[in-house]
Amino acid sequence: MNIEPRSFQLFPDSASNFAGTVDGLYLYMVLISAFFSLLVAFLIIFFAVKYRKRPGAPVPPPINDHSIGAMILEIAWSVIPLGLSLVMFAWGASIMFTESRPPKDALNIYVTGKRWMWKIQHLEGAREINELHVPVNRDVRLTMTSEDVIHDFYVPAFRTKADVLPGRYTTEWFRPTKIGDYHIFCAEYCGTKHSGMIGWVHVMSQEDYNKWLSAGSGEGSMAEEGESLFRQLGCGECHVRDGHGRAPSLRGAYGMIVDLADGSHVRFDEAYIRESILYPQAKIVAGYDRIMPTFHGLISDEGMLKLIEYIKSMGDPNGMTLERSGPNEPANLQKTGPQMSPESEIKAPTTAPRASAGTGKQQ
Amino acid sequence: MASQVVPHEHEVTTLKHHFANDEQQKDASTIGMWVFLVTEIMFFGGLFLAYFAYRQAYPAAFASASNKTNLWLGAANTTVLICSSLTMAMAVHSASVGKRKLLVAFLVLTLMLGGIFLGVKAYEYHDKWVHHEVPGYHFDCEGCDDAGHAPLFFSLYFGMTGLHATHMLVGFVILVILIFQSAKGKYTAKWYTPIEMFGLYWHFVDIVWIFLFPLLYLIDRSKTGLK
Amino acid sequence: MITAPPPVHVKKNYLNEKTGLKSWLLTSDHKRIAILYLIVVTGFFALGGIFAGLIRLELATPAGDLFESNQYNKIFTMHGIIMVFFFLIPSIPAILGNFLIPMMIGAKDLAFPRINLLSWYIYMLGGVFTLYVLFTGGVDTGWTFYTPFSSSYSNGYVVAAGLGIFINGFSAILTGLNFIVTIHRMRAPGLTWFRLPLFVWAHYATSAIQILGTPVIAVTLFLLVLERGLHIGFFDPAYGGDPVLFQHLFWFYSHPAVYIMILPSMGVISEVISTFSSKKPFGYTFIAFSSVAIAVFGFLVWGHHLFVAGQSIYAGLVFSVLSYVVAIPSAIKVFNWAATMYKGQIRMETPMLYAIGFIGLFTVGGLTGVVLASLGMDVHLTDTYFVIAHFHYVMVGGALLGYLSGLHFWWPKMFGKMYSDVWSKVSAVLVFAGFNLTFGPQFLLGYMGMPRRYHVYPPEFQVFNVLSSAGASVLGLGLLLPAVYLTWSLKYGEDAPPNPWGATGLEWQTQSPPISENFEVTPVVTHEAYDYSTVQEVVHIG
Repeated sequence: MNIEPRSFQLFPDSASNFAGTVDGLYLYMVLISAFFSLLVAFLIIFFAVKYRKRPGAPVPPPINDHSIGAMILEIAWSVIPLGLSLVMFAWGASIMFTESRPPKDALNIYVTGKRWMWKIQHLEGAREINELHVPVNRDVRLTMTSEDVIHDFYVPAFRTKADVLPGRYTTEWFRPTKIGDYHIFCAEYCGTKHSGMIGWVHVMSQEDYNKWLSAGSGEGSMAEEGESLFRQLGCGECHVRDGHGRAPSLRGAYGMIVDLADGSHVRFDEAYIRESILYPQAKIVAGYDRIMPTFHGLISDEGMLKLIEYIKSMGDPNGMTLERSGPNEPANLQKTGPQMSPESEIKAPTTAPRASAGTGKQQ
Repeated sequence: MASQVVPHEHEVTTLKHHFANDEQQKDASTIGMWVFLVTEIMFFGGLFLAYFAYRQAYPAAFASASNKTNLWLGAANTTVLICSSLTMAMAVHSASVGKRKLLVAFLVLTLMLGGIFLGVKAYEYHDKWVHHEVPGYHFDCEGCDDAGHAPLFFSLYFGMTGLHATHMLVGFVILVILIFQSAKGKYTAKWYTPIEMFGLYWHFVDIVWIFLFPLLYLIDRSKTGLK
Repeated sequence: MITAPPPVHVKKNYLNEKTGLKSWLLTSDHKRIAILYLIVVTGFFALGGIFAGLIRLELATPAGDLFESNQYNKIFTMHGIIMVFFFLIPSIPAILGNFLIPMMIGAKDLAFPRINLLSWYIYMLGGVFTLYVLFTGGVDTGWTFYTPFSSSYSNGYVVAAGLGIFINGFSAILTGLNFIVTIHRMRAPGLTWFRLPLFVWAHYATSAIQILGTPVIAVTLFLLVLERGLHIGFFDPAYGGDPVLFQHLFWFYSHPAVYIMILPSMGVISEVISTFSSKKPFGYTFIAFSSVAIAVFGFLVWGHHLFVAGQSIYAGLVFSVLSYVVAIPSAIKVFNWAATMYKGQIRMETPMLYAIGFIGLFTVGGLTGVVLASLGMDVHLTDTYFVIAHFHYVMVGGALLGYLSGLHFWWPKMFGKMYSDVWSKVSAVLVFAGFNLTFGPQFLLGYMGMPRRYHVYPPEFQVFNVLSSAGASVLGLGLLLPAVYLTWSLKYGEDAPPNPWGATGLEWQTQSPPISENFEVTPVVTHEAYDYSTVQEVVHIG
C-alpha cells in the first residue's frame, strides 16, 4: 500500500487512548523543566553580572552556610523538587499500570518480529507483513514474540512500545481513537536493516475492518490450523480430551492455575504452553509422569501460535467456549479452500547446531 | 606511635619514598588488598546472580544436573583447601615471629595442598568431558531432567569453578615467588607485608570455594529428580 | 659591545627533571602518568569525535547515501564504545585526578605509584584491542551488546571488542583502588575529611563506584565472550538462556558508570565556581554528602533501562521512584553552586565560562532524565532520540564541559604556561552554542518518535536532523580549537605563576609546574577549606 510521505510535523499524531494522558504528563514535565532551567540560568547570569569583581574590591566575607536560613534553603530545594518529582512518578506509574493490564475482552492479534519484518496474524486467519489493520475504538492486544533477536514494536502515535523477545511472549495494548495511518517502528536495535523494519498501522472503522477481515487470506482461522497441527504432531494421543490419557486433558485448561509435581503452581497461559512444548520436563503437572518428548525444532514460532489458539479454543470441560476474543462476528469463517496441512509450520528436526545468520562470522 | 625508619648509608629500607612512615605504608597495603578483594566479590557476584536467577527459573534442571557432580571429590577438595588456609595462616604467623624455615615449610605445604585441589579439579573436568556434560556441541547429559535447560547448570559449574581455579593458579604463581623470596630471607619479623597480603588473598579464594561447594555439589541431593 | 642575554633560568620541575622516552614510559610519578593519559585519552576522543561527525553527516539526509547500513551500524557502535570506555570514564580521574589528588592532600604521590603506571599500560592494551577491532572490520552491536544479537547474530568482532573493554575495566579498577587508599591514608597532617577539597570528595565517591561496579561489567562481557565462542546458553533462548538477564547484568554496571563519568566533573565545577567567586562553596557538607548519596543510589536504579524490556511492572515501580531519589542530590549541588556565586566576586575566565555552561546544560540534561524516569513517559520515549539528547546533555554538556573547565583551570599548574585568553573564550562559546544546536532538536525528534540507531529515517524528520548536523560542525570546530591553542601555549605561552587564579588548595601553593616530589616540605594544614582570606590579590586578570 502506498502511503503519502508525511511533511514536517512538530508533534506526533495523537491516535490512541494513551496519547492524551501521556501528552499531558509531558506538558507538566516540560513546564517544570523549563521553569527550573530558566530559574537556574537566570540566577547564574544575574549573579555573574551583579557580583562581578570590581578591581580593588576586597575579598567578600564568607557566608554562614550553617545558619538557620541556609538550612531552610537546603531543605526547601531538596524537598520541593522531590515533591514535584513524586507527582511525575505517580502519574507515570499509573499510566504504565494501565498499559500493563490489557482489558480482558481486547481483540487479540499476534505479532512475530523477525529480521527485518513484522509478521502479523489475526485470529480469523488474515495475515499481513509490516502492516496492522485494526478497528477504531476497540481495545487491541498484541501478543508478540521474536524469531531471532530482540525487537520492539513502537507506534509513536499511540505512545506505546514493548520489546519483542525471542523465546517469550510480551504484550502491548491500545485503543485506537482516530482513523488514519500511523508509523510502526522497530525500536530495539536488531542489526543491518533495523531502520528498515518499519510499517504502518491502519486504523479503520469497524465496518471497514470487518470487510477487510473477510477478504481474508484464504486460510482457515488460527485455531483451525492449530487443530490440524495438533493432529499431525500426535498430541491427542496422550492429551486425550476426556482426561483419561497419559497426559492431562487440555480442555478448559487455559487461564486456570495448575498444580505442579514439585508442589508449586503455574498459570496455564501462552508462556506455559510454549514452555511445555519445548521443555516438557520443566514443569510437570502433578500426578503425571515425565514422558512428554520435546518438540524443539519441530514447530516454528508461527505454528506455536496456532497451537496456542487452538488450545485456547478448547473451552471448558462442559464443552462451552471460555474465551471469545474475535471481532463482532461468528467464530467460524467460510472456508474457501480445502483443509491443507500447513507444511511450513512443521520443520524437519535438525541435529546440527543452530547456525548464525550470515556467513563468515568473525570472532 | 609511628616507627620512623631512618635508613643508614648501607641499610636496605623497606619504606618507599612517598610514604611518611612504616605504619602508613602498612596501612596502605592492607586497605589496598581489602579493596581489591571487594572487587573480586563483585566479580564473582555476577556469576552468583546468574546462578540464582536460573536456579529459580529451572529448578528441575538444576536439581538433576547438580546430582551429576561428584560429592566425595568435592568434599575432599573442600577439606584440602581449608587445610591450605590453615597452613597459610601458619606461614603468616611464622613470618611474624621471624621463623624463616617454618615460613618456607608452611608456604610449600600450602602450595602442595593447592596443587592437590587443582589436580582433583582437573580430574573432575576430564570426567565431565568424557560423559558429555560440557555445554557446547557435544553436550548430551544422560539422565538429566529438563535436558533443554541442563546446559545452564553446567555452564555455571564450569564458569564458576573455572574462574575460581584461575584465581588459584594466579595464587600458585605468586606463592612460588614468595617461597623463593622467603628462602632468601627477604621477610623478617619487622616486615612481612607481602606474606600477610597474600594470606588475605588465599583466604578469600578459600571462602569463595566454601560458597561454591554447597551451591554446586550439595543442594538437591535428597531429590534424585522430581517424581 | 654586544653582551650575551642573561641565561634563561628554567626551574627544575617534574617535566624537565629527567628526560628521554624511558623516563616517561617507566615513570612512577603520578604527574607524568597523568600526562601519558592526557595524550592517549585525547587521541581516543578525537577518534570518537570523527565517528560522531560521520554519523551526523549521514543523518543530514533521510536516505542512507553516505554509508551502507552495516557500516553505519559499526560507526555508531565504535563511537559509543570509544567515548564511554576510552574517554568519559578515564578522562577526569586518570588525568586530573592522578595529577591533583596527591597534591591536594599534601602527599608526594599516590599510595601505589607502580600500580598507577600499570593502570596506564592496561588502558593501552585495552585500546590496542579496540583499535584492532576498528581496523579489521568493526563491531556492530551498539555499545550495549544486547544478546542474542551480539552472542549469536552479529558479524562483527564482538569477542575482540568485549575483551578490549574487559581489559580496560581493570585500568579503572586499579585507579579507583589507588585513589581510595591514598585519600584514606595519605592526607597531610591537619587535613581532616571535612577540610578536603570537594574535588577529592567527588573522586572518592567515583572510586567507590569503580571498585564495586566495574567487576560486574567485566564478568558480564566475559560471559558474553564465552557465549559467543562456545554457545553455552546463558543469554540465548535458543539454548535455554535469558536475554533479559544480560541486560540486568550489563546495566547494573553501566548505570553507575554514568555517575563515574559525571561525579568527577562535578568535583571540578565545585572548585572552579568557588575560585572564580572567591567564595567557599555554599553548603560544602551538602555537596560532599551528595556525592556519596549519588554513588549509593546510583547502584539502585539500573532497571530504568529495562522498563519496556519485559521486566515486571512492580520492579519498574521501584526503579522509577529510586530514579527520582537519585536525581535530588544533583539538584542540591546545582542550587548550592548558584548560591556560591551569590555575593561573590565573579570573574569570567575561561574555566568559569565552561563551569557556568556546565550548570545550565547539566540542569537540562538532568531534568530530561527525570522525564525519562517516569514509567508512562518512558514507554513512549525510550529508544528514541529523546534518550540520545538526554545523555548527550549530561555527558557532553556535563562531563565534557567539566573536563574542559578543569583542563583550562589546572593547565597553568600542570605545564607552567598560560594559554590564549581570547581563543579559549571563543572556543567555549562555540562549544556551548554548537552543542545546543546539535542536541536541542533531538529532544523534539524523540518525542516525534524517531527511534535511535536508525540509519535511514522517514522524510518528516529531516528538518531537525539538518539543524542537528549543522550544530555538530560548530561543536566540532569549538572542540578543535583547544587542541591548537593549548598545544601552542606549551611553547609560546606566558609563564604561569604558582597561583594565577587566586585559588585555595595545596596544589596552588607550589610552583607551576611542580617539582617531582610536589612539595619541598610536607604541608601542615591549619585552616578550613576554601579560606580565601589567605589568598593574595590575584595577579592575572583576563
